[in-house]
Amino acid sequence: MMSEEKWQDTSSQLIETVSDAYHHNKQLNITGGGSKSFLGSPGTSVEDSIITTSHCGVLLYEPKELVLQARCGTPIAEIEKLLSDEAQMLGFEPPHFGDCATVGGAVASGLSGPMRPYAGAARDFVLGVNLINGKGEQISFGGRVMKNVAGYDVSRLMVGAMGTLGLIMDVSLKVIPLPRHEITCCFEMQPDAALNKMLGLSRVSLPVTGTCYFDHMLYVRLAGNEASVRAARKSLGGEEYDQGKLFWRNLRDQDMNFYSQEDIWRLSVSPSTPIDTGTPYLIEWGGAQRWYQRLDREKAEQLAENGSGHATLFRTSSSEAARFHPLSPELAEIHKRLKYAFDPGRVFNPGRMYADI
Amino acid sequence: MLQTTQESFPGSDSTDFPVTAETRKRVLIEIEKILPVEAVIKEQSERRVYESDGLSAHKCLPWLVVLPDTTAQVQKIVKICAEHRVPVVARGAGTGLSGGAMPHKDGVLLSLARFNRILSVDTNNLSAVVQPGVTNLGISEYVRSEGLYYAPDPSSQIACTIGGNVAENAGGVHCLKYGLTVHNILKIELVTAQGSLLTIGSDALDSPGYDLLALLTGSEGMLGIIVEVTVKLLPAPADVRLIMAAFKSTRQASDVVGDIIAHGIIPAGLELMDKLAVEAAEAFVNAGYPLDAEALLLCELDGYKDEVDSNCDEIMSMLSTNGAYELRIASSETERLNLWKGRKSAFPAVGRLAPDYLCMDGTIPRHNLADALDKIAALSSEYGLRIANVFHAGDGNLHPLILYDANNPGELERAEELGGEILGMCVSLGGTITGEHGVGIEKINQMCVQFTELELSHFHGVKSAFDPTGILNPGKAVPTLRRCAEFGAMHVHVGEEKFPELDRF
Repeated sequence: MMSEEKWQDTSSQLIETVSDAYHHNKQLNITGGGSKSFLGSPGTSVEDSIITTSHCGVLLYEPKELVLQARCGTPIAEIEKLLSDEAQMLGFEPPHFGDCATVGGAVASGLSGPMRPYAGAARDFVLGVNLINGKGEQISFGGRVMKNVAGYDVSRLMVGAMGTLGLIMDVSLKVIPLPRHEITCCFEMQPDAALNKMLGLSRVSLPVTGTCYFDHMLYVRLAGNEASVRAARKSLGGEEYDQGKLFWRNLRDQDMNFYSQEDIWRLSVSPSTPIDTGTPYLIEWGGAQRWYQRLDREKAEQLAENGSGHATLFRTSSSEAARFHPLSPELAEIHKRLKYAFDPGRVFNPGRMYADI
Repeated sequence: MLQTTQESFPGSDSTDFPVTAETRKRVLIEIEKILPVEAVIKEQSERRVYESDGLSAHKCLPWLVVLPDTTAQVQKIVKICAEHRVPVVARGAGTGLSGGAMPHKDGVLLSLARFNRILSVDTNNLSAVVQPGVTNLGISEYVRSEGLYYAPDPSSQIACTIGGNVAENAGGVHCLKYGLTVHNILKIELVTAQGSLLTIGSDALDSPGYDLLALLTGSEGMLGIIVEVTVKLLPAPADVRLIMAAFKSTRQASDVVGDIIAHGIIPAGLELMDKLAVEAAEAFVNAGYPLDAEALLLCELDGYKDEVDSNCDEIMSMLSTNGAYELRIASSETERLNLWKGRKSAFPAVGRLAPDYLCMDGTIPRHNLADALDKIAALSSEYGLRIANVFHAGDGNLHPLILYDANNPGELERAEELGGEILGMCVSLGGTITGEHGVGIEKINQMCVQFTELELSHFHGVKSAFDPTGILNPGKAVPTLRRCAEFGAMHVHVGEEKFPELDRF
């Protein structure tokens, strides 16, 4: 655990750096721990980085309020440790992709772990943000309370914006109680049957907090109080899997051989979309999130669109390739205008999300 | 002192929208070409029906009311209005409490009442595609036979529409566990200020690019007109149990709220009513509440049966050791619904105690609940106006109902001033001026308290990204900087010990 003495406020330096970049027409790559540097396009070659890791520390944690506020550079691992001491957790189970992952990066990338369909996404847990806009000005939206509809929901707009709208200086998150008990069941199944089982699990009131189908095996995580988990385990059947904790953590962090291939596509689709078994795949989120190896772009986008969703080239060795699903011209135009409203000089992460953002 | 009258805000000034008689004539001719006669309301007496929403203290007669029933018609109407720069205000059932659907005097009031069909239900993907004029409760009733429901349940759910719910990011008594509207929708079809049709969100759990679905939710009709909503459905919980706990002080009841949540149990709902609210509700619907209670807590647990059993035991023992002098578990579904009925009809019940009331919606960190209620009681004595409290304690979302009589000269103004003080207190405690009702016109001045000029100008940037000419619902939700300057610059910094002089409200 990092000692509190190491926590520091470097907001004035961050503001100065951004302001300087804006006034000198420079561009900045926002970098936290660097664990997600593979995400998104390298974009135009930006030489200057603004490093957020030194701006770190937990500003507020009130277990009774289920609220935690932390500076962007705070490692997620530290936050999770602090929370688990109070039997609480981050409800969106953010992927770490490395020990150095920061909370700023977790929010900016907007990624969520295995619990997402059952507890909510990163954006669902964000209550408020303090930002530096593209001119180096400090602004604040949302807050630390559970419900807040004053003004447009700018806090959630920042989630998944890949830093292109502002530098998140600190963020307030809703946290949830840590389930008191957890087990994993597994079932050897064919893909269609597994998908049906996952869909069925969403239709009944069971304490399911994770589902994954990989290599002919369906894994189901049950979590809650002991009585409910035991009863659910009984009605569900299957084999109990004793490496469950490790399995879900490796899945969350993509610490599996499956992800070591060169190109990994992420398809986010309507859960009941039939499974394409043409190339190796892994399915999560009750059918809604699917990972594929060896797809070409055309096929990936086609599969995603067939499932009323979208495709992301999540991991690739190519530095040229576009990474996110193309937007319609009207939506692209709105994105450009929003970018202009927050970062008129295109200082932050130019091209990381889309070429002209 | 600046009074909050509708004439005083930019956007309602005819100078901001120079709609001439000639423009009106041409717009009307074009609209009559695309809508049948009965869908265009010109008569003053018929337009009168639309002059306010649930915030009846603020009224404005719209120039024209239209009732389209297809998306293509909505698109054409907006195109015509955009071309002539005529304001458009969308309206659902008109149950909103912040004046968000109050018409513009030179504008078209676009009612979505005829968009009242449920288009499809997908029991595999647990979603339903509905038109914006479908009522909130209508969705849950429609899918009940499938064992499903739509979670957000504002008290007005019998009448309020899903389009309005999305526009206001409506909550309800169960959002402690299940979230607000923003957590429970997947996709919307939006007619833009230019009249084109956009799909925001998707049938998957996320979408490429910025999270526009979150941005649109709660945007109060300022960024587009919602013509279709895909909502997320949930399986009905296997077991539901409601606990009623009576306390001799509001402080005891407030303090136990934090204890329950810190204990690791998230109830489906955790609601608090004070003595005045309990008396009013009991007189109105005979819910079976104990009339000697100073505060009443309703705590609902749901989920898997064994889970509910053990959570219920734990909470019962916490309540009894923390001052609950009467504890009751609803023994039947009828009793459970009756206990909820008292809570859900508390607003109209309190409404019978005085000719008029103002409902506040500030939200504060939970641990300040007891102090905030004391402060509200002190303000009530100071202003000589009674206040009933009935609110979402689990979320820290207060609903002080300020009773007044508009027929007594100056009393509305005094009630609004008192409301302003309560909202200022919420902001200084680290909370917000509105948890779920929206800003509308009611709290537009308090936006200057909660946000800096710079922050407001970013809201204007968002607005102009969607609606550069500003024809959609002008004058609501986000004040102009000029309005804040007139109101007096008074951004409150969180954590300030004393709140600023509020006598300008």
